Amino acid sequence: MHRQTSLLAGVVITAAMFCSQTAMADFGRIIATGGLTSVEGSGGGGLVPWATLSSYAEEGQWGATVAYNQADVDDYKLAVKAATVSFDNRWEFSIAQQQFDLLRLGGSLKQDIYGVKYRLAGDILYGDLPQLAIGLQHKRNQSFELPSAVGAKDDSGTDIYFSSAKVWLDGLFHRTWLANITLRATKANEMGLLGFGGDVNDSYKLQGELAVGMFINRHWVVGMEYRQKPNNLGFAEEHDWHDIFVGWFPHKRIAVALAYTQLESIAGADDQDGIYGSVQVTF
Amino acid sequence: MLRVYLVSLIVLFMSPLHAAEQRLYDELGQQQGISQLMELFVLEIAADERIIHHFENVDIDRFHRMLSEHICELSGGPCEYTGESMVTVHTGMNISRAEFNAVVEHLMTAMDEQQLPVSTQNRLLAILAAFHKEVIHQ
Repeated sequence: MHRQTSLLAGVVITAAMFCSQTAMADFGRIIATGGLTSVEGSGGGGLVPWATLSSYAEEGQWGATVAYNQADVDDYKLAVKAATVSFDNRWEFSIAQQQFDLLRLGGSLKQDIYGVKYRLAGDILYGDLPQLAIGLQHKRNQSFELPSAVGAKDDSGTDIYFSSAKVWLDGLFHRTWLANITLRATKANEMGLLGFGGDVNDSYKLQGELAVGMFINRHWVVGMEYRQKPNNLGFAEEHDWHDIFVGWFPHKRIAVALAYTQLESIAGADDQDGIYGSVQVTF
Repeated sequence: MLRVYLVSLIVLFMSPLHAAEQRLYDELGQQQGISQLMELFVLEIAADERIIHHFENVDIDRFHRMLSEHICELSGGPCEYTGESMVTVHTGMNISRAEFNAVVEHLMTAMDEQQLPVSTQNRLLAILAAFHKEVIHQ
């Protein structure tokens, strides 16, 4: 955690240097446009990184978030501590520490994820073009005994993704709707928790991810996500993930999400469904 | 599973289910409702130190009248907006994206104070959001 703290400090300083002298931490975007913090630390929903940028930093501003996410399914528990720094409504840097407890088998898997996201074009709210973003997630296993034992080739890997997100302010039922599509090239097994590449496949696979949400009002959103995953390990089949979520944005400083998540079979343990919770504070 | 999501997504965004509904103008309370809403909106703007400098030499009564006229016309009411185009009005002001958003938030607050339903608020916001490109960085 100490290494992460100093790295985050480095990111903050770099961000501050990038910004012009007039740039300051501010909240120049509309509520909820910063979204939440995903399980991999990138701004998004829960399971899927979105084209949205964390915090409420507009052009010439910067912002930061810290978040804690937890998923409790039958045989596993995932805990994620994450922080992001964004600036100019253009760049997002993130860092996440995942701990995946194996409740039935005992022990845990740990992984650190360093992310960067760049908004290429478009805006989530304004204009005809969706918000388009490209991102990297560099993942490093902190424990490789188990991934190695089940056939993983590498203890680190880098996902590359392209995301497109759009909001319809006056969508169906005169409600505000959000849709996000993410395409990810990855070698990660179970998001990287079981290493990268495997005995069955050791090359990048292109995966589709999707999120749809409807804002009941400006503070409450309901929706669902779907995440395709590759199948690189012979010891157990890997499954796609999905969730149904409720998000709450009481004001710009706080965001909370609660989800029912269906992770199917993980490492041979079937029917892993349960509750996912996420809390984010924005600076 | 993915196919089900994709199909439902397409159905949700393609269906034109807005037939035979009330004019936005009526939902806003016609000319009197719009005038009240714009008054609350102008008061919110006037209280915001981040943006008030843009209004230093503005005739507030005329500003309120032009806003009301414009919203009346845009919402389908029996008015004709007699002011300049949005580009002309904002040229030289160099309004930032953050300032535009601040004004949107003041409208949201005014609509909340006026107790307009979410659906009405969204209809008006969608119409006005389309002016984003014509207002910022002019």
